[in-house]
Amino acid sequence: MRRRARRTSRAGAAWLSLALVLTPVPAGAGPKVVQDLLDNGLKVVAVQDDKSPVSTLQVWYKVGSRHETPGKTGLSHLLEHMMFKGTAKVGKGEYSRTVARHGGTENAFTNRDATVYFQKFAPDRLELALSLEADRMTNLLLDPAEFELERKVVMEERRMRIEDDPTSIVVEEMFAAAYKVHPYRHPTIGWMEDLAVLSREDLVRHYKRWYVPNNAIVIVAGPTDPAEAIAKVKAAFGKIPKGDLPSETAVQEPPPLGERRVKVKKEAQLPFVFAGYPVPRVGHPDEYALDLLAQVLAAGKSSRLYRSLVYEKQIAAYAAASYDQMTSQDPALFYLYAGVKPGVRTEDVEKALYREIELLAAQPVPEKELEKAKNQIEAAFILGQDSIFNQARQIGQAELVGVGVRYIENYIANIRKVAAADVQRAAKDYFSEDRRTVGILVPVSPKTQGAEPGEGRSGE
Amino acid sequence: MSRLGPRLLRFLVVLILIGAVPPARAEALDLAIKKLVFENGMTVLLLERPSLPFVVVDAKILGGSLYDPEDRPGTASLTASLLTQGTASRSAIDLAETLDSVGASLRSSASDDFASVSLTVLKKDVQLGFEILADVLMNPSFAEGEIAREKAQVLAQIKSDLDDPGRIADKLFASLVFKNHPYAHPVEGTEESLQKIGREDLAAFFKRYYRPNNIVMAVVGDITEEEAIEIVNARFGRWAFRNVETPAIRPVPKTARVAKVVSKDLKQATIRLGHPGIRRSSPDYYAAYVMNHILGGGGFSSRMMTRVRDEKGLAYDIRSGFDAGLEPGAFSVSVQTKNETAPDAVEMVLEEINRIRKTVVSEAELADAKSYLIGSFPLRLDTNRKIAGVLSSVEFYGLGLDYFESYPRRIDSVSREEVLKMARKHLNPKNYVLVIVGKPDAGRLP
Repeated sequence: MRRRARRTSRAGAAWLSLALVLTPVPAGAGPKVVQDLLDNGLKVVAVQDDKSPVSTLQVWYKVGSRHETPGKTGLSHLLEHMMFKGTAKVGKGEYSRTVARHGGTENAFTNRDATVYFQKFAPDRLELALSLEADRMTNLLLDPAEFELERKVVMEERRMRIEDDPTSIVVEEMFAAAYKVHPYRHPTIGWMEDLAVLSREDLVRHYKRWYVPNNAIVIVAGPTDPAEAIAKVKAAFGKIPKGDLPSETAVQEPPPLGERRVKVKKEAQLPFVFAGYPVPRVGHPDEYALDLLAQVLAAGKSSRLYRSLVYEKQIAAYAAASYDQMTSQDPALFYLYAGVKPGVRTEDVEKALYREIELLAAQPVPEKELEKAKNQIEAAFILGQDSIFNQARQIGQAELVGVGVRYIENYIANIRKVAAADVQRAAKDYFSEDRRTVGILVPVSPKTQGAEPGEGRSGE
Repeated sequence: MSRLGPRLLRFLVVLILIGAVPPARAEALDLAIKKLVFENGMTVLLLERPSLPFVVVDAKILGGSLYDPEDRPGTASLTASLLTQGTASRSAIDLAETLDSVGASLRSSASDDFASVSLTVLKKDVQLGFEILADVLMNPSFAEGEIAREKAQVLAQIKSDLDDPGRIADKLFASLVFKNHPYAHPVEGTEESLQKIGREDLAAFFKRYYRPNNIVMAVVGDITEEEAIEIVNARFGRWAFRNVETPAIRPVPKTARVAKVVSKDLKQATIRLGHPGIRRSSPDYYAAYVMNHILGGGGFSSRMMTRVRDEKGLAYDIRSGFDAGLEPGAFSVSVQTKNETAPDAVEMVLEEINRIRKTVVSEAELADAKSYLIGSFPLRLDTNRKIAGVLSSVEFYGLGLDYFESYPRRIDSVSREEVLKMARKHLNPKNYVLVIVGKPDAGRLP
């Protein structure tokens, strides 16, 4: 992300920025969706929605940290930053100034599978928005001096997001351990050591290879008529030549042979437990059962983890589970995590997390509870349509991972088909001790002496 | 009035102010907002948006941490949190089960100026949603067990905040800027203050501030005016008007220059610099807002962002802002940079503050700021959830239903001279509070 969102004070929320969590939301009765594939391979999706006088443009490049090699991590994200640093036509900072002058907002984000640029603007500025995106698909300057400055900015971003945030370090370390071979082990922001040695030439190569129309998806959402939107995309991007894309090689992650544990020793107040299990990605018959498993465990205050660890036992400040199946390659990770309360032993919280999974493997979820979970998913699906930006993002994600809009349309029906036995089987199949990787934050005492944190907070 | 059932008429009369005066409209946004004031003093702002089958409600209660009893910071926050932890007829678990079963969400919390309760519910469950909303607003039980549980949660949060340099800096900054003014204490209270707060404190706070005449409620979504009136009457009709006396608030103290370093083994120095600012009701608000946008307020084009990030690569994020509330909240600059460059970042911040106080901004800078602030206004209202939040704020801060029309005009009328005047009046490069969390080179600090 080129710029952070407002900081949230909620513990445990910080790591979410690393994993792009997505609840698929079908288009259903909502907006009209029209798709096209241009001659140069550019995929276009136009979404008509006239609830508000706002349009969204998103350009998804199918390149992320999984395309990076050891020693060169952070390349995709650093390139994302450089995309705002000028082209032959649009000078340094001009992109942002132009969008702002027209009342628009813009930003970008990078994850393991994709680099995504987005704008929000008044519908009559669509052509301008498109022309800016088409320009930087091919004409990026990658000025050497700007590159050196931006490397420093990204290092600051890493210090802020990861190095000074103990729970984020645990997440980063757990991913690096859970994937032994697959490049999903790379942190998207890059290891600090790699950031120090990335060169401008690395970026140029990356840009030329991946920033081509046949590796991109353009999504226009808003009140504009889809035919008109597609025509405008064609006018802006149609002449950009197709690129030579390397053929996709799926890296096979070997099956885990036993539990892996990672400890992070950092100055911290409270321990944190983060356990991940490799599970299938989207398209596998078990994905909907896994969705419901996550839902039963962690959706709402009546969910099992909250009720047991936070409410009844009061051993965790927060406890949750998450399954994001919308990855480009296998395996995805299903994770459980909890913040340990003061005075509680970390192993008790860890055991309590596993116990909830074991219960789900031992006994089928009662029908009423399963129905509740399905209702929650369906409601979230309808409520998700509140944001056109969110819908565009979900369509982009579905296109990125290769399942398309149809997947979204059928999502709720597929959720409705899951039986309690399916959820129980998923709990048995994927959550054995030998398959998990556990990250633990082990707080250590402060190294430096000085003013106590919080000094002077009251009554001065 | 004929749409009201005779039974309900005994409790309430609906005054639809909009009936006499044409509804305030934001032309570009086409927001046909209706303001309904009920006889018990409850104000409801309604926006019918039938395109999606759900309703969002955002209620703001004039009872934030600003009104915490002086020796019990955290009372407002604990009161608000406990609303959804059990009522006279529903336990915390019942509430959670009932809401989750229909995929609804209900949240309550407090901030400096207000407590808020928000509900999101599907159209088909809107009766149930309002029934529960009214129950938590009118009949919270404040059960001892729930109070103890919630306190332990807050204490764990306070502890884990000590791992967040931003929170450490914010808390220390507020305490130094506001001293004995209530904005000085964290909304959630402190370890010490939480120990003092008992059930009777929460019940008293609730009784004093949770009154229909002390609430504004925005309702947005798939609900008609008739339905809204009926449902509010049915659910809140028995809630009696009672005068709410708000406490006298001390004036915000004058700032003398003070710098504090919280030494922590971190890679970055987290910096806050600022002083008391302005109220939301200040006539200077819009001009100061435009001035701040140019200085460090918005987007990637502010002076501070250009200087500190784009030209020097010293920070990932830098921003300045006026936290304008019922009281004059702080003007503050926030930036994080590696420890070694902390003094440089502070110096640049002060230079930019001095610069905007010294010379008028350029025509182009002002024009760009205005076209962004005016043009991006609708983007702040692109979901029903956001609209509900803005509507309740507009009413809470008394900005008037013509806000959506007048905002662009107000921004557009700001001149370069006014920007200069605002910078000179509301920015102080001499008497400010500086807080740094990390390991900065203290010898090089100003």
